[in-house]
Amino acid sequence: MKYIEPHAHMVSRVTDDYERMALAGCVAVCEPAFWAGFDRSSPAGFHDYFSQLSEHEPKRAAKFGLQHFCWLGLNSKEAEDVKLAEEVLALIPEFLDRPNVLGIGEIGLNKNSRNELRVFEMQVELAARHHQLILVHTPHLEDKRKGTRLILEVLQNDRRIRPERVIIDHVEEHTVELVLAAGMWAGMTLYPETKCTPARAVDMLENHGQERLWLNSACDWGVSDPLAVPKTAREMKRRGHSAATIEKVVFQNPGQFLRQSPHFKL
Amino acid sequence: MTRQQVLDLYFLDARHQLVELAAFLDRVQRAGGRDDFRLKAFHVALGELASGKQNKAKRVLLAFSDPTTKPVAKAEAKGACGAARPRPVVAQRRRRTPPATS
Repeated sequence: MKYIEPHAHMVSRVTDDYERMALAGCVAVCEPAFWAGFDRSSPAGFHDYFSQLSEHEPKRAAKFGLQHFCWLGLNSKEAEDVKLAEEVLALIPEFLDRPNVLGIGEIGLNKNSRNELRVFEMQVELAARHHQLILVHTPHLEDKRKGTRLILEVLQNDRRIRPERVIIDHVEEHTVELVLAAGMWAGMTLYPETKCTPARAVDMLENHGQERLWLNSACDWGVSDPLAVPKTAREMKRRGHSAATIEKVVFQNPGQFLRQSPHFKL
Repeated sequence: MTRQQVLDLYFLDARHQLVELAAFLDRVQRAGGRDDFRLKAFHVALGELASGKQNKAKRVLLAFSDPTTKPVAKAEAKGACGAARPRPVVAQRRRRTPPATS
């Protein structure tokens, strides 16, 4: 079975993970820019990170036969400092033409603060100005429902944003309907402790259909599983879903969304 | 899948998780000290499990969710704790108190 991992933070993973993903059938991995686990002290730190995502990491992935793509943006955990955000966002346009850059992401909200919302609006503006796809991170746990509503409000109020060019990630049972009803794509993130388990993800697929939904591991430096997508494919198989249905969810769907970027070519 | 197939596939795992939940509540009960807003939300969520309503997972998640709609003034921390903190008492009083004049 071949699959696309549409959200993984490979800079935080060891090369063994690339090898295991390749052996499990992964053909491409997409890496949104995210929080490093600590706040960077200057825009130069982000410049180096964007260079890592668009220059170094594709080479590391290629050693295992995997194509590597990335998204660039300022994560919401570092968005409280608006001045820093402005300086970081000013760096992004110079990277957008690089061959593995898919769009602006992961952007969004963390604690649903005014400054986070302001910086999110700035990044939506950046994406609209440069005709980029958007990948959105939704907040954690108790903040998710409120944050998802605030995010949708911003996106729906901007007439330049076409909903089919936006993926709202980390949906759960209390947010997936909001996102799909808005005409956007919804990502289900498979985490061992928070977000979504394979069984719950398959429940959502069975309840909401297989259109505009994808699965991702969002594996990073925390407790996470780079093989979560193939494990969920196995869960679908256990429930009797056909090979064609499984391939649609783990390969065709992410491909359908990502091909809207001219840089996504397998 | 039929109901029988779902039970065959998931019953033991669900039973295991339910016993873990019960043991957690026993542990909390045994421990000294006060409850906080998280346990209160937990009990509201537990009520959803025993209800005959549909969409229990969604209802449980909503029981833990922040019901407010406006952005907060500032992000004071980066992490989430799993349940919405109670609104400040002052703000609640303001909302409940009618205008002094009209």
